[in-house]
Amino acid sequence: MSKFLHYSPLTKKYIMSIAGLFLIIFLLVHLTINIFILPITEGHEEIFRKAVNFMTTNLLIKIMEIFLFAAFLIHIVNGVTLQIQNWLARPVRYKIEGWSHTSFFSKFMIHTGIIVLIFLIIHFMNFYFVKLGLTNPPQGIVPVANNHDFYNMVINLFSNPTYSVLYIILILLLGFHLNHAFQAAFQSLGLNHSKYTPAIKFIGNLYSILIPLGFIMIPLYFILFA
Amino acid sequence: MNIILKIWRQKNAKAKGKFVKYTLDDVSPEMSFLEMLDFLNTKLIEQGDDPVAFEHDCREGICGCCSLYINGRPHGPGKKTTTCELHMRLFKDGKTIVVEPWRAKPFPVIKDLIVDRSAFDKIITAGGFISTDTGSAPEANSILVNKKHADDAFDSASCIGCGACVAACKNASAMLFISSRVSQFVLLPQGKIEAAKRVQDMVAKMDELGFGNCTNTYACEAECPKGISISNIARMNREFLKAKVGAPKDLG
Repeated sequence: MSKFLHYSPLTKKYIMSIAGLFLIIFLLVHLTINIFILPITEGHEEIFRKAVNFMTTNLLIKIMEIFLFAAFLIHIVNGVTLQIQNWLARPVRYKIEGWSHTSFFSKFMIHTGIIVLIFLIIHFMNFYFVKLGLTNPPQGIVPVANNHDFYNMVINLFSNPTYSVLYIILILLLGFHLNHAFQAAFQSLGLNHSKYTPAIKFIGNLYSILIPLGFIMIPLYFILFA
Repeated sequence: MNIILKIWRQKNAKAKGKFVKYTLDDVSPEMSFLEMLDFLNTKLIEQGDDPVAFEHDCREGICGCCSLYINGRPHGPGKKTTTCELHMRLFKDGKTIVVEPWRAKPFPVIKDLIVDRSAFDKIITAGGFISTDTGSAPEANSILVNKKHADDAFDSASCIGCGACVAACKNASAMLFISSRVSQFVLLPQGKIEAAKRVQDMVAKMDELGFGNCTNTYACEAECPKGISISNIARMNREFLKAKVGAPKDLG
């Protein structure tokens, strides 16, 4: 068991990067569905409900869900393990430190990571555990028909401005995490290339702005117009 | 110029150290940082005090002996300079300068500002070499080397092993150092032969010695006096993955 757990830090980083990149793709899929909560097109509610129905009943998605949870678990466990090793590598701290020029968000990955984890737990209690019947659906201005009525659950949650503001802050912090994560994942996998790295960095920056922006637009709509 | 120094003083490896404040007048802006410390030490010796211990040798930025974590940065505020090449004109008159030794678990303090960097030697011993027969020099054109690879290998080999990368890294990671060593060999035909074993042995040694892990903050690259690029780290990550996946099991 100890041999199984004690694998090279580089291997840990590969696994973390692959799991992270998988989560990055997942976020894109998640947002693609969520965006239909907004009245961006006619019958947006219908499209959202159909997508939810597909995501909760399709067998292939259910199999992917196992991979998703595994990715979350692996990413978190490896991240925390590496961080503890990192703290132990400098038992005596500097009196003055951190004046070196570095990528800003990279210094706070464990902090933003923990905040994202807290957000994930809240998110699970509001939605996933409701689906499993473990927690009660969020109540509010509209009645929730059943465990799969995510549309009305979202409306109930975002009709509470405190929740909406909290959601926006947490998504912003997720954006900070993503900003460093995207290009770092490629670097850890050894994919640094004089031709492609600038493009990867550009896409990473774009991704870390557009994805959080997309998620933030939803509660913002409720704060401003609902 | 007049300066105030806050220097880490520690009698020996076991002693509990502390910062000691010194005020130094008549410091010339033309002095190098080490000359300023010599100036301080002369005064301390004249007063009958123990001089500040710090490591130095060539004083022209090539030996990798000098270290010092100055005002929160290894080798101080200069760009691509070692502490010996750092001049006092980069500091403001009347300001406090905080001088600390490198801080990392594998770099224990020996005395004052001197740390034991033999962990780097252990990593080199683990794989930072090529096994070659001795004898007369081979014919130069019998093994062709791509110019770009030769240049990159040279750049990687310009690492002086000072340890600024470890000192700068928030995780005390030695990845830039090791990756420069891995790169300088793997880019050349003679080094490719032992590439798979080398990278695995060096990474295993790094882990064993208690260095931290790379979190891609790139502080190492920013502080390296020789401007070693983090693309070396990516190359090492690639080489390690290749070795782990593709190399035979009994390689070591």
